[in-house]
Amino acid sequence: MAGSSRLKVSKRDGGVIQVEFIDRNILDEANIQQIGEEIGSLVEAEGKPRLLISFANVDHLSSAALGTLITVNNKVRNKTGQLRLCNIDPQIYQVFVITKLNKLFEIHDTTDKAVASFR
Amino acid sequence: MNQPPQTNTNRSTISLVNSREEIDRAENDVLEALDRARYDEASKFAVRLALEEAIMNAFRHGHKSLPPTEPVRLVYSVSPGEAVIEIEDRGPGFKPEGVPDCTLDQNLELPSGRGIMLMRAFMTSVSYLDRGNRVVMVYRKPDPAEPVGAPTA
Repeated sequence: MAGSSRLKVSKRDGGVIQVEFIDRNILDEANIQQIGEEIGSLVEAEGKPRLLISFANVDHLSSAALGTLITVNNKVRNKTGQLRLCNIDPQIYQVFVITKLNKLFEIHDTTDKAVASFR
Repeated sequence: MNQPPQTNTNRSTISLVNSREEIDRAENDVLEALDRARYDEASKFAVRLALEEAIMNAFRHGHKSLPPTEPVRLVYSVSPGEAVIEIEDRGPGFKPEGVPDCTLDQNLELPSGRGIMLMRAFMTSVSYLDRGNRVVMVYRKPDPAEPVGAPTA
């Protein structure tokens, strides 16, 4: 993988892997590809991944980033894991609503609510 | 290298190649013009998102078979009432009505095809011209007397 990590990864209670983004703007195609590969590796390393992606630091994201999230969701589901999204800025949340991806992803306001939602 | 914006009356033209640095610089030029015309943060978010999607569509799809040095032309004008943004690529064009609707249940998991939908949702109007290689987007600044709502899909 080229360059340094674009993610901050931490372990939460219950084996939940929490991922945060280094970049405020998730727009660059090469960065988005790297993010997809890094999260993909985290998913691959788990039996039944419990993955939490926080958008706390994110100001902008592109449709290409949405595509990567969908791919991650498919990988998690293939391993009968669970994926949660949280801390999404209201303007970015509109992007999820417009594209109806708020129906595909389980989205929570806060990290704590998202962590508590894992079964 | 993209050239400094050429200003003709209130229209600026930028020729840019597919480099993140150049695209960021062009987007910042547009955002600064919006700032000068006192557009609020929600308006800047909307215009930036649509501009990013339009530029990336031009390079990713329009210039798919062209060398990365082939430039895309950005023309923009910002007045106190509206911003007009035009992106023209040198590709073969396309029919926007041929892009699948990703909001349909059966298409919800397609990994691409949301760029145009977002452009249409966040801008006041989006028109594809010529052979589909030129898009003109208009953003009308919301009237402060009207309640500000979220864009509608």
